[in-house]
Amino acid sequence: MEMRMRRRLEIAAVLGTLGIFAYAAWTGLVWAPPDREMGDVQRIMYAHVPMVQMMLLSGTINFVCCVVYLFRASWKTDALAEASAETALVFGAIGTTLGAIWGRPTWGVYWAWDPRLTTVAILLVAYAGYMALRRFVDDPERRAVWSAVTGIIIAVDVPIIYFSVKWWKSLHQVQSTPRTVDPQMVYALRWNITAFFLVLIVFLVARYRIALAARLRETTVPEPAPGAQQVVA
Amino acid sequence: MTSSTRNRLFALGALLVAGAGLAYVAFGNIGQNLVFYWTPGEMLAQGSKAYGPTIRLGGVVQPGSLRWDAAHTHLSFRVADTDQPGAPSVPVLSSETPPQMFRERIGVVVEGTFDRSQTFTSSRLMVNHSNEYRPPKPGDGPDKWKTTVSAPTAEAR
Repeated sequence: MEMRMRRRLEIAAVLGTLGIFAYAAWTGLVWAPPDREMGDVQRIMYAHVPMVQMMLLSGTINFVCCVVYLFRASWKTDALAEASAETALVFGAIGTTLGAIWGRPTWGVYWAWDPRLTTVAILLVAYAGYMALRRFVDDPERRAVWSAVTGIIIAVDVPIIYFSVKWWKSLHQVQSTPRTVDPQMVYALRWNITAFFLVLIVFLVARYRIALAARLRETTVPEPAPGAQQVVA
Repeated sequence: MTSSTRNRLFALGALLVAGAGLAYVAFGNIGQNLVFYWTPGEMLAQGSKAYGPTIRLGGVVQPGSLRWDAAHTHLSFRVADTDQPGAPSVPVLSSETPPQMFRERIGVVVEGTFDRSQTFTSSRLMVNHSNEYRPPKPGDGPDKWKTTVSAPTAEAR
């Protein structure tokens, strides 16, 4: 009974997320005005900005999990660290690709090695390496410790990405504020940030469950079935 | 040493390395070695050292300096530190199709070489967008931006 209730709540949460996502997409693609200079291509902002923000948020979650794991080992924090590294990579890769598609018509180039783009590229490569490391280490405990140390080091890049446009001269513009953006665009952007945040939560919960199940399967010694013959693997 | 003490030491070590790395990037002087572009003033201050190597020059397109040649294959303009008159500026020659938003007073980063003739030959022209986003002006149709961005090309025809 409780199981069925929970299942229904989950389905409702996913449907609610999809509904908010659809509304947010409508505000960004239809309702908000095009930019005066860039025209409709500026609407990429409504996906690019939220996705890159979710990458930074995932990186922050990964950092917290890594620190907490080393102080109080638990498969749950290790599973959430694994989940958040993957969402950081997925949201970051798609968000950066959208940025490149936006860059071609506005900047004139898909890519430039400016401080912002370079630091993001470093983060994506680092999380890909983090995921590779997790797959290379077979012992779950050793894997958790090594990847926690790696995750802490990688997280240095998260504040550097945020401040890169303020500290150094770059092609990428500095952060916009509600004062530099039309109110209708701010409204659409806020809905899209909310929508992508909810999508991130759905992804994190799903991936966390898979990771935790895998961890428990790895660390539990299977009990031989009654009467089963000893099988030599 | 128990494994939990060892993990805590790992955590402290990693945090220390991470904190030191961040402090180095934030407060160290790497900003002076990691420069994405020079402004015209900075490049001119280098004197003859700026002649030759591929460099990036960034600034704004000086108002009134935009010219297409007769065959419409070469574009010349001056890149200045700011759009104020009298700001240090450098003449730039480009044979590329500029991005749509290219116009006077807009931020640009050009990649190319500078030489004794005091002309910067650009092989890559990039437009630097500000962090401002505004709707079309009242009275402008939804397609107004298409005509405003192609204005420099239309003028030269």
